[in-house]
Amino acid sequence: MPDQEKQPYQSLLTGKVKVVNVGLEGFVKDLRDCDIEVVHVDWAPSAGGDPQMAALLAKLGV
Amino acid sequence: MKLIEEANQQALARILEGEPRLVDIVPARELMPGLKERMILHAGPPITWDRMCGPMRGAVAGAIVFEGWAPDLKAAAELAASGGVEFHPNHHFGAVGPMTGMTTVSMPLFVVENTRFGNRAYCAINEGLGKVMRFGGNDESVLKRLAWLRDVFGPTLGKAIREAGGIELKSIIARGLSMGDEMHQRNLACSSIFLREISPTMARIATDNAVLADCLGFIAQNDQFFLNIAMAMGKAMTDPAKGIRGSTIVTAMCRNGTDFGVRVSGLGDQWFTAPVEMPEGLYFAGYSEKDANPDMGDSAIVETIGLGGFAMAAAPAVAGFIGAGAPSAAGDFTRAMGEITVAQNPEWTIAALDFAGVPTGIDVRLVVDTGMAPVINTGIAHREPGIGQVGAGIVKAPLACFQQAVRAIASDLGVA
Amino acid sequence: MVVLHEIRKGFYLDSVALMRLSREVAAAPGIVEAALMMGTPSNAAIMRNAGLLDEGTEVRGNDLVLAVKAETEAAARAALDDAIRALDKPKAQGDGSTAAWRPHSIAAAVKAHPDINLALISVPGDFAAAEARKALNRGLHVLMFSDNVSIADELSLKQQAREAGLLMMGPDCGTAVIGGAPLAFANKLQRGRIGIIGASGTGTQEISCLISEAGQGISHAIGVGGRDLKKEIGGITTLMAIDAFDSDPETDHVVLISKPPHPDVAKTVIERIGRSKKPYTVCFIGAEETKLPPNARFSATLKGAAELALGGQAIGAGFDVAGQASRFPGRKWQSRIEGLFAGGTLCAEAQVILAASGRKVVSNAAIPGVPKLDGTKDDQRDRLIDLGDDEYTRGRPHPMIDPSVRDDALRSALGNSDIAVVLLDLVLGYGAHADPATHLTEIVASRGKNAPALVASVVGTESDPQTRSAQVRKLEQAGIIVAPSNAQACELAAAIANSAAR
Repeated sequence: MPDQEKQPYQSLLTGKVKVVNVGLEGFVKDLRDCDIEVVHVDWAPSAGGDPQMAALLAKLGV
Repeated sequence: MKLIEEANQQALARILEGEPRLVDIVPARELMPGLKERMILHAGPPITWDRMCGPMRGAVAGAIVFEGWAPDLKAAAELAASGGVEFHPNHHFGAVGPMTGMTTVSMPLFVVENTRFGNRAYCAINEGLGKVMRFGGNDESVLKRLAWLRDVFGPTLGKAIREAGGIELKSIIARGLSMGDEMHQRNLACSSIFLREISPTMARIATDNAVLADCLGFIAQNDQFFLNIAMAMGKAMTDPAKGIRGSTIVTAMCRNGTDFGVRVSGLGDQWFTAPVEMPEGLYFAGYSEKDANPDMGDSAIVETIGLGGFAMAAAPAVAGFIGAGAPSAAGDFTRAMGEITVAQNPEWTIAALDFAGVPTGIDVRLVVDTGMAPVINTGIAHREPGIGQVGAGIVKAPLACFQQAVRAIASDLGVA
Repeated sequence: MVVLHEIRKGFYLDSVALMRLSREVAAAPGIVEAALMMGTPSNAAIMRNAGLLDEGTEVRGNDLVLAVKAETEAAARAALDDAIRALDKPKAQGDGSTAAWRPHSIAAAVKAHPDINLALISVPGDFAAAEARKALNRGLHVLMFSDNVSIADELSLKQQAREAGLLMMGPDCGTAVIGGAPLAFANKLQRGRIGIIGASGTGTQEISCLISEAGQGISHAIGVGGRDLKKEIGGITTLMAIDAFDSDPETDHVVLISKPPHPDVAKTVIERIGRSKKPYTVCFIGAEETKLPPNARFSATLKGAAELALGGQAIGAGFDVAGQASRFPGRKWQSRIEGLFAGGTLCAEAQVILAASGRKVVSNAAIPGVPKLDGTKDDQRDRLIDLGDDEYTRGRPHPMIDPSVRDDALRSALGNSDIAVVLLDLVLGYGAHADPATHLTEIVASRGKNAPALVASVVGTESDPQTRSAQVRKLEQAGIIVAPSNAQACELAAAIANSAAR
């Protein structure tokens, strides 16, 4: 597909990676040690962990 | 959902496109055909006398005496308790009011017109600091000041506003943000700008220098004077965003000292209420949280349009004053509110955030998802009627209101 | 001459910003004149006089008017589109002031940092799919380290990702290295021209480290998650990874590593490899040698795959298995091998190698052809245990993070007179324990005189935070033989055990 425009997943390899880290905080330091930009999310379960509300929100497009 | 995103963009555009102008000051009875004698409009969602908090009852008694429906405060309270007056929220009459938010027939109200959509909103004149009706004050000095506002100040300022051809408000807010106001607990800059804009006209049309001096002095001595104008502006800007089906954008937040109420665009005039929370903050000398009343007022309308706690970054001094943390952390409040809103207001920017716009368009879905409640900057009233303000702080909107709104939107859209 | 304009209602921008933008637009090829102005009456008059705004178009004071006059419609459209893009670009937040602030959601992180392009998700499995969906909705590639995600969720996430042209690595993706960024458990590797597609975490780590330590390097290692080549998923991410490497100028050779795929999926993937112009090494650990197209070679082991990728260069050529084995005089009663692995794929490779050398093997994570460990008494077969398996990690960290998971099994093996060799692995790198060698040597220090031989391999590089050679030295000082690769450790274990049995 030489003429086709590159898909995002193809250009991921040639561009710069900038990461949002959701979960284990230890990964942040590892990435920074390799000069990779990373933003850590102060994550908490959606809707305070209420699975029904989280499912409803997902249906409403959150 | 595409329907929700589109509805929200529409609601947001209606808020952002507003062109609010302060056009007049008019007695309430002339503005509200439905407002009759022995009717009291109050802050927050609907409430009955038996559920009202102390300051609200104190203000009601004061308002009854002020309107001459009872000879004294005791008789006024008995009249109210016996069902002798009707209570309605300001919001049901196109109005808003700070703290207790009393509005009755003879009170002069600011009229803010949204010239883009042709709607109007009203708010009473700010009485100043100290013992005032909005904090439940109801003694002689309070009623005397209200009479002066009704008989002298209101007509004088109203005439000047008409003479000036109205005053455009968005640019005052933009300047105020750059001068350290967030328009809820700090209105010093906007009050000063307002005074600067209106005083030449007031002087030009003045017939009595002593009255002119009193009126100018009243504005000049009240750092919070502009708050009530900003509130009417907020209502004038959010009302056009009401009733867009599917929209999850908040159009009003308010409290009556007992309940917190939220309205969301997609569900029109429906209230979602939950018990109001206690403010956290700093107290004047001699008072503590033991004296505090739960949160009150329609003033959270300014947060609804991205000011107040949402614009904390513009007013680092306020963060310290209300005990919300170090002034250097003020930006964190605004950034956090950016997580529960859908956009920034490009006209109202904050220099300290590299001119990011104030976070605008509270999305009930984002509030529930993140569990981050809207932060409201607020004054703290004494829990007993008649004492007044004892501190200032922040209060969080109860998440339950937003959860109800999410469920109601979901059921309205047929999403189980 | 063509005039195009666009009106943004209620959009305010300060005049300095507008003038700067106007200048940029006017300088675009084919543009005669351009204006970006707030639609105040005086500005509207200026634009009308310049022929940029027709009489009939109404504008208001808080409307932003973009107008361009150009030689062709295409030029006008292109300039207008550029201007709109510039307008819609979110305002940057100050760097200094955001240091303390942390977003609470992916949405907020992306709003504040619009150039984020990948989400690394390691929240508990119950919530991981929802977070991944949020990331994909915002156009982010995802590496999902979390496990315990249903296969239905995995499929729908991967379908959504494919639809949007995004790479969905995982769930249960232990490692990836994209453009030098170590994602989750990964090693500090030399950059080079060999790409890896891995459905296995430690397998990818072993191959990438062997290549890196042999003097070549890795372009990228894309993880796909352990189930990508199952029938239900159909290799969605693997196929996209092949596409990605096809168009990556940095990659000359690709290694694909996985447990044996479902035959239908294997067929699709192999057929796709056949259409690639790049040479491939395919390593399906535990599968029969598979028929491959001319551009691909098969390896049954990780070491073999690394050697093929290195163009035939032998790994650990100086390591003399027979010589090392001869240092251990056989004791007749000791005949068994006990393998205690932190790396699941290393355990699988051990099964391949020991089985191929004629030994009878059982495992809790058995590859095809190997019986499942069933607690048979007086079992004289070699036991190869994957300590990262669910039964050991439920409610506790993975042995790569907390090596003490292995302690009890190791102590018991050291005192077991049936056992000739204890076979171990150490996995280094980001995310792994800071000093697993010291932990291990403390356990083995108290072993008795007739304790089994200890043979280990260390997955890692010199540049890793733990420094491979330092870890190796500690093990050797404790009397543990360290092989250059897991495969050679297995060969040595077999040699020692076989000589004991004679």
